[in-house]
Amino acid sequence: MAMIEVDKLNLSFGEGAEANQVLHDVCFDVGDGEAFGLVGESGSGKTTVLRCLAGQYSHWSGSLAINSERLGRKLDKARCRKLQMVFQDPYGSLHPRHTVETALSEPLAIHGITDASRRIDSILTKVGLPTNFRYRYPHQLSGGQRQRVAIARALILEPRILLLDEPTSALDVSVQAEILNLLADLRKQEGLTYLLVTHDLGVVAHLCDRVAVMQQGRIVDLIESASLVGAVPEHPYTRMLVEASRHYSREMAEVGADLTPAEAV
Amino acid sequence: MTTTTLPAAACEQTPQSSAQALRQNLARNLRKLVRNPLSVAGLVVIGALLLLAAFAPWIATHDPLAQDLANTLKAPDAAHWFGTDEYGRDIFSRLVYGSRITLYIISLVTVIVGPVGLAIGVISGYFGGWVDTVFMRITDIFISFPGLVLALAFVAALGPGLDHAVIAIALTAWPPIARLARAETLSLRKADYIVAVQLQGASATRILLRHVAPMCLSSVVVRLTMNMAGIILTAAGLGFLGLGAQPPVPEWGAMISAGRRYMLECWWLVAMPGAAIMFASLAFNLFGDGMRDVLDPRSE
Repeated sequence: MAMIEVDKLNLSFGEGAEANQVLHDVCFDVGDGEAFGLVGESGSGKTTVLRCLAGQYSHWSGSLAINSERLGRKLDKARCRKLQMVFQDPYGSLHPRHTVETALSEPLAIHGITDASRRIDSILTKVGLPTNFRYRYPHQLSGGQRQRVAIARALILEPRILLLDEPTSALDVSVQAEILNLLADLRKQEGLTYLLVTHDLGVVAHLCDRVAVMQQGRIVDLIESASLVGAVPEHPYTRMLVEASRHYSREMAEVGADLTPAEAV
Repeated sequence: MTTTTLPAAACEQTPQSSAQALRQNLARNLRKLVRNPLSVAGLVVIGALLLLAAFAPWIATHDPLAQDLANTLKAPDAAHWFGTDEYGRDIFSRLVYGSRITLYIISLVTVIVGPVGLAIGVISGYFGGWVDTVFMRITDIFISFPGLVLALAFVAALGPGLDHAVIAIALTAWPPIARLARAETLSLRKADYIVAVQLQGASATRILLRHVAPMCLSSVVVRLTMNMAGIILTAAGLGFLGLGAQPPVPEWGAMISAGRRYMLECWWLVAMPGAAIMFASLAFNLFGDGMRDVLDPRSE
């Protein structure tokens, strides 16, 4: 059964002749408990898809559904209980004046959930932080610890879906692996559905089951993530991305520039 | 499960309660403030001003309103430290009592201007669109009048008096605060932590009160402290023009105004209250600078 259904999602900014369409008929489904990756170069619209799902943009057209319920344009509290987001930059996603405890109890207060203290302790343990971290300010935490707090904040409302916007790209390589393992463990334990946006194919191969490749606002390819590692992908753009992730060469950059989506589709 | 290591940078002891976390934060800010000798000097003068106002009856050597026509226009001596004015009133005692009026004006204006400016700026910056347009045009109208002239107009309409002076100063002092808060809010409203709390289902009121306003508060507090110097000067200016505190209230600006007639022969009539005004506004300026070093989020 599909947990997230995105059907013919279109989004443009600006009006009339100056309109800049950033998403073109984006369609994909993510199954319950699946980890689905969205990859592509910068500006390909991956994060925009996440932000549409997260209710940050309301002027999209098409249809978005979670658990077979169509989403409205406005963000409502029910949607907040179903899906949460982890941001790219752990230095910008935590309020600098709020302690860990304040950050974690805020969603509970908004949704009128009691026994905040016990929940905060249990969620901190779950993301691998000592419970005495709850009185720290973000500037007293390292990047990896901040990202753990951000994950804890996303999970404290017990959502079924986690939208991950490049959750590791701002972190050290060593910490990246810790966070990826944490995310993989949490998914296994809680049966979460992940929608992961990244440009790091290694992250996708580690975490995801299926991958959609985006280029200039379109999904150009949909493949099993296993095929990113071993096999040579069929689609030329996907092949280029995979090649690029292995090594860099001048000819490839030039080929990539010529490869417009029109040819690719 | 993955393991976590403590960062080496955790030099401070991990706080065990929210009260302790708050205390550590305060102590850190206080240390930063004390590191700057000029702001400490400002703080000392402000502290002295507060003590002077609080203990005025014990510090003043004479009754500030008692006239002594046998002793008019006396130069400073042992009995009258700062001399006497044209009615024989002791200038030192009048300055001491005058500090109460100055602090009254400053605190009242700040209490009105801070919340009003912050609220208007934050609402206008967060919601944008027509709300922003309406609020900012109103702000523009107020900001385009010279402060003292607008204050004069209000006092002229309402009648002279201390409270009317306060209202008049407050009316001219909020627009810069609103602009500042709006600019801060504009830079914050797309921040990930605001998006995160929106995604948690927080209402606009909650976001503004608990997430946006605290971030704007520091620059607003700094601006308010700096403004206090200007408020002292405007209040003195209104007093000087006879539109603020009315005689015989010992308001510093009014004292200068009254002493102007004897200025050439009796310098102390103008110099003493003038020095008081200068030191008070200088102290607030220095303290404001120190506060900026401590509170500016960009300096962290």
